[in-house]
Amino acid sequence: MKNLIDIMQMSTDELQELIDTALDIIANPKKYAEACHGKKLATLFFEPSTRTRLSFEAAMYELGGNVIGFSEAQSSSAAKGESVADTVRTVGCYADIIAMRHPKEGAPLVATRTAGVPVVNAGDGGHNHPTQTLADLLTIYREKGTFDNLTVGVCGDLKFGRTVHSLISAMSRYKNVKFVLISPEELKVPRYIITDVLEKNGIPYEEIASLEEAMPQLDILYMTRVQRERFFNEADYMRLKDTYILTPDKLRTAKASLSILHPLPRVNEISVAVDDDPRACYFKQVLNGKYMRMALILKLLEVNV
Amino acid sequence: MIIGQIKDGIVLDHISAGRGMEIYKVLGLDKLDCTVAMIKNADSVKKGKKDIIKVGQVIDLDFDVLGYIDPGITVNIIQDGKLAKRSHLSLPERVKGIIRCKNPRCITSVEQELVHEFRLVDREKKIYRCIYCEHEAPKTVE
Repeated sequence: MKNLIDIMQMSTDELQELIDTALDIIANPKKYAEACHGKKLATLFFEPSTRTRLSFEAAMYELGGNVIGFSEAQSSSAAKGESVADTVRTVGCYADIIAMRHPKEGAPLVATRTAGVPVVNAGDGGHNHPTQTLADLLTIYREKGTFDNLTVGVCGDLKFGRTVHSLISAMSRYKNVKFVLISPEELKVPRYIITDVLEKNGIPYEEIASLEEAMPQLDILYMTRVQRERFFNEADYMRLKDTYILTPDKLRTAKASLSILHPLPRVNEISVAVDDDPRACYFKQVLNGKYMRMALILKLLEVNV
Repeated sequence: MIIGQIKDGIVLDHISAGRGMEIYKVLGLDKLDCTVAMIKNADSVKKGKKDIIKVGQVIDLDFDVLGYIDPGITVNIIQDGKLAKRSHLSLPERVKGIIRCKNPRCITSVEQELVHEFRLVDREKKIYRCIYCEHEAPKTVE
């Protein structure tokens, strides 16, 4: 593996290898403290992000490496009209690895052609966000100890939610997984996810509008935010943004073993009253994301510890 | 109606009825100086009706383009009045620079020099997706 653009590039064995590395990092952080000494990560964020960028940067610093980059397109040559290909070709002369977020879908794939160093997709529009999926998978693995035999509910914006698409694709490769797709009509999972991923692989799923109805059967509940930046029309956003709000009351019928995940940031779709519930895993997920990014950087830079 | 035989050239046979003109345009046959015949709605044992194009010289053909537009086409190369080669087309795995991605969020919408490229994901339903954003390809060539 030279780049990570789409989570489906990775086999389940490669995913397990990353998870094992992340677990070893968690158990023995000192062992990895200088693993990337002398190496530089470039974070090219053409679109605002707090946690993903900081997570990549924290990951590189904890491996003993350094970080360069920019956090918005306005502070890069993109503002002058430079192409993605030219920007990464330049940055590839300075850095050993690139993490890139871009509002246009497919931009990181374009970057891989000229960068000359490994490129990690840190989110491209509403398309893919593979390192968030790595965080999600490590969280599920640490909470459940397996990826098999799980009923996974995904709730909210399933149309534009790139993390949802990647998670469904990644989880669809494990045994006896069932999906419950909870969304309003306008934000349903794109048809191609249903046909190309779920139906093609014979994976059971149901599409429903009621979170309460879905709750009792779920092992995982993956909540998402309705993203203002994905709408061309403000009125549509305002109409749909409060469709699902998870509260302690709605959790009354949930399993005691439920794990609640959210890629964050949240707006109001999970009440803060849920934060103290032992089933809430979304802040653990943030930490897991850093560990998986550390494991990924080691893998792509071919650093053996 | 009688269209004469050609000595050296190409016959595109079994074109789906009604698609001949699209292929004529995509291949740029209007720019050729040689004889070109477009036959619409000819009788066909296999298909009922078909279009046929005869070109009075051997030209380079992009089989991927032809295969994408109409995978049922038969390409006959004629030399000295005889059939020299016959090719049956199929849907290509990839198509480059033929169709354009319509997704306004795709990187191809802003980076003008990127070649639009699609990969075949479902041969039965003839579904292609953009390699950049995975949006489904439009059904017709512009």
